[in-house]
Amino acid sequence: MLDNFPLWPERASTLAGGVDALFIFLLIVSGLMTLLIFTAVVYFAARYRRKPGVLAVQIEGSTPLELTWSIIPLFVFMVIFLWGAVVYFKGRTPPRDSTEVYVVAKQWMWKLEHAEGQREINELHVPVGRDVKLIMTSQDVIHSFFVPAFRMKQDVLPGRYTMAWFRATKPGTYHLFCAEYCGTQHSGMIGSIVVMEPAQYEAWMGGGSGGPLSATGEKIFAELGCATCHRTDAQGRGPNLQGVFGKPVQLEDGRTVMADENYIRECVLDPGAKRVKGFQPIMPTFQGLVSEEQVNALVAYVKSLATPGPAGASSAAAPVPPSKAQQTKGSQVN
Amino acid sequence: MATPNDPQGGRENYLNKHYGVWSWLLTTDHKRIALLYLLSITFFFFIGGFFALLIRLELLTPASDLVQADTYNKLFTMHGMVMVFFFLIPSIPAVLGNFLVPMMIGAKDLAFPRVNLLSWYLYIIGGVMMLHCMLTGGVDTGWTFYTPFSTAFTNTKIVEAGLAIFVAGFSSILTGLNFVVTIHRMRAPGMTWSRLPLFIWAHYATSIIQILGTPVVAITIVLVAVERTLHLGIFDPKLGGDPLLFQHLFWFYSHPAVYIMILPSMGIMSEIIACFSRKRIFGYHFVALSSIAIAVFGFLVWAHHMFVAGISLYAALIFSVLSYAVAVPSAVKVFNWTATLYKGSIRYEAPMLYAFGFLGLFTMGGLTGLFLAALGINVHVTDTYFVVAHFHYIMVGGAVMGYLGGMHFWWPKISGKLYPEGWARLAALIVFIGFNLTFFPQFVLGYLGMPRRYADYSHMPEFQVLNVLSTAGSTVLGIGYLLPMLYFLWSMRYGKPAPDNPWNAAGLEWKTASPPPTFNFEEEPVVTWEAYNYEELDAPHPEEVPVVR
Amino acid sequence: MSDSSTAMSHGDAHDVDGQHNPALLHHFATEQQQRDSASLGMWIFLATEVMFFGGLFCAYLIYRLKYFGEFAAASQQLSVKMGGTNTIVLICSSLTVVLAIWAAQNSKRTLMLGSLVLTILLGFAFLGIKSMEYAEKFEKHHVPGPSFQFDNVEVPGHPGQMANPNHAQIYFSLYFVMTGLHALHMIIGIGIFVWLLWAAWKGRFTPEYHTPLEIGGLYWHFVDIIWIYLFPLLYLIDLRK
Repeated sequence: MLDNFPLWPERASTLAGGVDALFIFLLIVSGLMTLLIFTAVVYFAARYRRKPGVLAVQIEGSTPLELTWSIIPLFVFMVIFLWGAVVYFKGRTPPRDSTEVYVVAKQWMWKLEHAEGQREINELHVPVGRDVKLIMTSQDVIHSFFVPAFRMKQDVLPGRYTMAWFRATKPGTYHLFCAEYCGTQHSGMIGSIVVMEPAQYEAWMGGGSGGPLSATGEKIFAELGCATCHRTDAQGRGPNLQGVFGKPVQLEDGRTVMADENYIRECVLDPGAKRVKGFQPIMPTFQGLVSEEQVNALVAYVKSLATPGPAGASSAAAPVPPSKAQQTKGSQVN
Repeated sequence: MATPNDPQGGRENYLNKHYGVWSWLLTTDHKRIALLYLLSITFFFFIGGFFALLIRLELLTPASDLVQADTYNKLFTMHGMVMVFFFLIPSIPAVLGNFLVPMMIGAKDLAFPRVNLLSWYLYIIGGVMMLHCMLTGGVDTGWTFYTPFSTAFTNTKIVEAGLAIFVAGFSSILTGLNFVVTIHRMRAPGMTWSRLPLFIWAHYATSIIQILGTPVVAITIVLVAVERTLHLGIFDPKLGGDPLLFQHLFWFYSHPAVYIMILPSMGIMSEIIACFSRKRIFGYHFVALSSIAIAVFGFLVWAHHMFVAGISLYAALIFSVLSYAVAVPSAVKVFNWTATLYKGSIRYEAPMLYAFGFLGLFTMGGLTGLFLAALGINVHVTDTYFVVAHFHYIMVGGAVMGYLGGMHFWWPKISGKLYPEGWARLAALIVFIGFNLTFFPQFVLGYLGMPRRYADYSHMPEFQVLNVLSTAGSTVLGIGYLLPMLYFLWSMRYGKPAPDNPWNAAGLEWKTASPPPTFNFEEEPVVTWEAYNYEELDAPHPEEVPVVR
Repeated sequence: MSDSSTAMSHGDAHDVDGQHNPALLHHFATEQQQRDSASLGMWIFLATEVMFFGGLFCAYLIYRLKYFGEFAAASQQLSVKMGGTNTIVLICSSLTVVLAIWAAQNSKRTLMLGSLVLTILLGFAFLGIKSMEYAEKFEKHHVPGPSFQFDNVEVPGHPGQMANPNHAQIYFSLYFVMTGLHALHMIIGIGIFVWLLWAAWKGRFTPEYHTPLEIGGLYWHFVDIIWIYLFPLLYLIDLRK
């Protein structure tokens, strides 16, 4: 027990340093503040100990002092807020061209599928130095994907996708925890992130997969008959899906939404909710007919229709230069 | 017959005016109702504490070997529900508030004495329902009962626990209502708002939160109960519902609730520090207004519990900045209390020791709140033991220390007896040491990444040392809590009789007998002096040590 | 020697012979203080009720915006006639409450008793019409739960698009919880007014003292106002087609 007694978690991602720096700054500020109050209290308590014949001096207050010790802390707080916001923003904005991994959480395990096709249970293999974006959903209750060494955590919700990203900096095996209480085996919903050197990772990747996730999605697309309506010419009863991902879509009710992962998912499971302008409400719902993994595959497939590119890589870039809104919204958390 | 050894000898007071069980169970005297609450709240405190002990014992070893995971999940749930709803929220207002608010403002009773009794009965009914729920299977959702787990996945007794909390919540609302009307309408002549003790300001602010916040958790419980029973889809994504809506509704109350828990304790701090420094609180008006500010701002920050829950970036930014705003009034109070010590005339009786403990522990707990409000840090430490340590520093290191300090300070008034000072100082020290040993390691555990609500950490044996330290601390803390219960009971029979004002403290409550007569004052007081008039009180006898031991 | 029961005087509430209105409770100094306290107490209680219903209105607003079409489709299933009648019933009952208080202030016993009786009758009328509505919902399988059905209902304004039954069920869940809680408050209100009628009949209310009538009236008006908000939100959205 006493030989394994860390007091600080490992740093294994590009974000960890930033989080730790802010934490240390806060430790210093808090430490100083605590020291200040402790010292003042101890000193006053000793210095002004009751002595017979010596009365207390009644002091009503001091408005300048009140203002000082309200405004200075407020200023310090605003600095902390801004710093924290910057760190947070970085953590919530996956870089473009991140490798994508689809995560499905369920009581009480993590199911992961790389866009390249590899499937894992409770383990995630990634190469050092690669941006990895997690597209996550839950099959049942709320879970939370937590990797302390990466200083990364994101709740995983049923009914929608949430995103997270990281870039690992050090090879090794790191704890993966579920951090949102989810029932009996909540503390058993544990896994590992295995960070490998790029060469090792390629070797591991080569070890067989069912083909890229988008190819699986293409198969499902055909099996379920989606292609009958979603044709690539202008004749389809459903919108042409070529190049639709990552771009704005005009809806029947007048709104415009971004065609991100959550939108594609919603179209599959609840087609009437955000119907595209100019099309009839004839798409059937596939709720209950497809599993979360199959929805992930379909989303990956629709993404791959954006441009012909390396299978599975996210490419919101289209022949038309992407607009600024598209860049940030398409990859941001909802 | 009064004698030098027994100043109150033979006098009629609220304790001996009527005898018999029914004179207690049907009383409308706010002081007796306060004692009824004292008994029931102490009971639930030890129940919640017992669950805590089992949790800490389990966490001594990494494996889930003392209890099974399901049982552990129920233990932390019940610990949270009992401690929050049946101990912390009622404690100070229902015991010390009920006893002191009318007396401090010069009134004979609260505005609605029968509603006050109803409040207690509602608390008891809720408590019995909760006990029954626990004894027949309990709940395993965590005290936060997030959906859809609580509505569609767990098999435990959510509806029953929810209804128990609903009933107890009603008790809280009625107490708050009573206090607000009393403070507005029943102040004695001359008791203007700016002459009110800060204890009253604190309870006023607390009552506002109780009145406006509790109904929201009440309706949330109703919706969860209805959804669970009829399999509706208000919070279930499979049926089109939104689990985040639950979280917003839940935290809209549960964040202000933490201010219900701490504000009364802050009020006690002002009273104790003023008395044991023999000075008016520095910056009285700022301290009074900061209580109101905390109550108001406290309603604006709830989603800082949801930074990783799936809210938008913009929402996160807004709630983070507002959370820093709400920290300012609390900081202002700490500075004002510290400044009150300057050029005071300080004594270290047990209440003051608890006050010192509060100053240190609340400062630390509050500062760790700054960590949590920082978005970048929150992502790493939320849902870990860091949060557990933070809120225990405030609720136990803050609120409970304040409660104990207040119980010691006003014990002579309430019981007419003096508690044994030596034992009390020892207990204060034991509590302080035990508390820090229990909860400081949890900050480290949290940053290391140990998640909350984990029955088993056998994959992370590196967490064990810190857990062992924490458990060791909790046993010390437990002893520290047992001692006051024992010596307060002892003092009721064997303690020295207390004079009217053993501390020579300011405040109308000290101008009556200890214990007071049923209607508090022989004649309605007419107030012509400011609060904390220690200069007047001490001026006649500067050479005396004005405390009877 | 100390006689605590009369230890503190009522101040000016005692008249020359040491008598006061028997309704004055002993912990109050004056009748005015008692009246003001009762009034403030009831207003605060109503504030808690606003927050209680407020959570429901909040949930309603969120889902109304999210499932605009289904809410319109579901709302059209309600009977505006019955809801409208109930609205008039409640407004009339608030009038009778005001009449009862005026009658008490002016020592008009018959008018006071009659108005109270009318208030109670109107309250029952409201509940009666509500139960007819609920029965209709039951027949049409619009009660949320295992037997809920909402198939083949078009979304108003979007021909060909069928409403998602799950989303419609959310509407009906909120409908039943909101109107159900409102009806529960009505029942409590009727109970209060039955007690007020009895007290009035016993002669407890005079021009000098009729506080229970006033605060009971406040409660009743509040329940009325909640309905004034519920009615348009539940019945009157998207009435066309």
